[in-house]
Amino acid sequence: MPVPTITDSYKSAVNKVTLGATQEAGGTRSKTIEIGGAANVVYGGAAEQAALRPVVAIDVLDSAPADWPEKLKEPYKEVLDKPGAWAKKCVEEYAADLICLKFDGIHPDKGDKDADHAVAVVKEVLEAVGVPLILWGSGNDEKDNQIMPKVSEAAKGENCLLGTVTEDNYKSLTAISLADGHHLITEAPLDINIGKQVNILASDMGFPLEKIVTYQTTGALGYGIEYIYSIQERQRLAALSGDKMMSQPAICDVGYEAWRAKEAKLADAPEWGDPADRGPMWEAATAVCLLQAGVDIIRMRHPKAVQIVKAFIDKIWK
Amino acid sequence: MISIGERINGMFSDVKRAIADEDKNVIQDLAARQTAAGASYLDVNVGTAAADQEATMAWLVETIQQTCKTPLCLDSQKPNVIAAGLKAADTSMGILLNSSPLNKKTDEEVLDKYLEMAESAGPGGKLIALTMDKNGVPQDIDTRVAIAAEIIEKTMEKGFDSDRLFIDPIILPVKVPDAQTQPGNVMAAIDQIRLLSDPPPHITCGLSNISQGSAERSLINRIFMAMAMSHGMDSAIVDVLDEQLMDVMATADILMNKQLYSDSYLKAYRGG
Repeated sequence: MPVPTITDSYKSAVNKVTLGATQEAGGTRSKTIEIGGAANVVYGGAAEQAALRPVVAIDVLDSAPADWPEKLKEPYKEVLDKPGAWAKKCVEEYAADLICLKFDGIHPDKGDKDADHAVAVVKEVLEAVGVPLILWGSGNDEKDNQIMPKVSEAAKGENCLLGTVTEDNYKSLTAISLADGHHLITEAPLDINIGKQVNILASDMGFPLEKIVTYQTTGALGYGIEYIYSIQERQRLAALSGDKMMSQPAICDVGYEAWRAKEAKLADAPEWGDPADRGPMWEAATAVCLLQAGVDIIRMRHPKAVQIVKAFIDKIWK
Repeated sequence: MISIGERINGMFSDVKRAIADEDKNVIQDLAARQTAAGASYLDVNVGTAAADQEATMAWLVETIQQTCKTPLCLDSQKPNVIAAGLKAADTSMGILLNSSPLNKKTDEEVLDKYLEMAESAGPGGKLIALTMDKNGVPQDIDTRVAIAAEIIEKTMEKGFDSDRLFIDPIILPVKVPDAQTQPGNVMAAIDQIRLLSDPPPHITCGLSNISQGSAERSLINRIFMAMAMSHGMDSAIVDVLDEQLMDVMATADILMNKQLYSDSYLKAYRGG
């Protein structure tokens, strides 16, 4: 049966964003990463309209995680309290495109660590790996506004991706990110309209729209993935139709969300299959699903899941 | 909504003077201000005063494009004046030709000439065609639709995609005696014209014409625009410097789900 050729064409494209700065550009990264650029939906249109290859950022925490399931800690057990060595392992053994340095340890409920600690961790990780970094706060506004400017300054010139800023808390991090030459992550709570609003607010402070990456709080498989899928898709369509406030590449936090699911972390549930596979599969399935909605950076945790997702990306973005 | 900024027109006294004095600043300033206000295209009309309309059109085009990248909408009823503008223009960001009737008593082939010029500007070359023929401007619904059908048929025959075609159903001043039925007729015609092809052609109009000579010009313009947009008008030649008008445009786009809502959508509309 002949299959009719149906191609939707769009007038605009997602912005291209380059992260990281090499020595010539005033940084110390050994490589840069370019993402974005989609001029059609995933699988839609001609090959040259596809987005640049999506990338995987593996999470490295500033302090040893207290609440990670055993199966997730296992591959990192020797480096969990050594962020530099942890990052190195992610890059060298698990082929991380970027490292997402997540500052959970500065959160008042998770260690309440100070700026000196955070700055030391940034320096250690910058030293240990050559890939570009994502610098991600703790989610506590007060503490992030206090510590993240120091973190930003410690990585000045490295062209990191710094975040996150929200509708209610955007001024400090937007200003410091602009001053230190970083890219910025704007966050919205699974809400496309607030997503646009935060971009307008950051842009109104003089932050270039071309240096923003958007983040919608992610939902894992079984925990609202339909919502995040449709929101990412809606954002992509708005970008393709020319909405400059929505033309940014997108990042998703799959690792954290997938490993919150009981299906991923519950060890004592033999009827659900081997826990050694179950968690990574939950994480990989969530990531692969979101890649098809149109996402450019995926934050991940388990090396096995990273391997599956990178193999998928290799197949689709040949 | 595709907004076409109307201010660079020799009928306005500041533009007329700038043309006479060859004062580039006035023109470039109008281009910059209309762009900042959110214009998708800038209309360029030499007016009636210029001695050499072709040379004036070329000068306006070159002057604007020296400092501004917003696509232009070359506006003249004379094909040779459009041709002069086209020759001078950088069309890489798209260009709109404004406008041709179906035919004229003095020129049966006028639409073909405009189509050929739009075609010559590449895939971004677009055309506004008026629901008007050698008998003049129709007052009723059916003649407007019949002329639009002929225009669409002719453009399709030439392989000109309907998304490159803008139909202007011609709005007449509401103040003219017995013209109060016209806004309703135009909207009814828009409903039908949009069914003539799939995808439908764009629908545009010279909005300010509706309030010609009226006391409440800006209010009439705004209200009619919102009403016509709800019938599918997706473009208009307007005063983009009228902030209230642009706010109505942004709001109608939001209410019709053409733009994503955000609390600062008015700001985004202008900036975007």
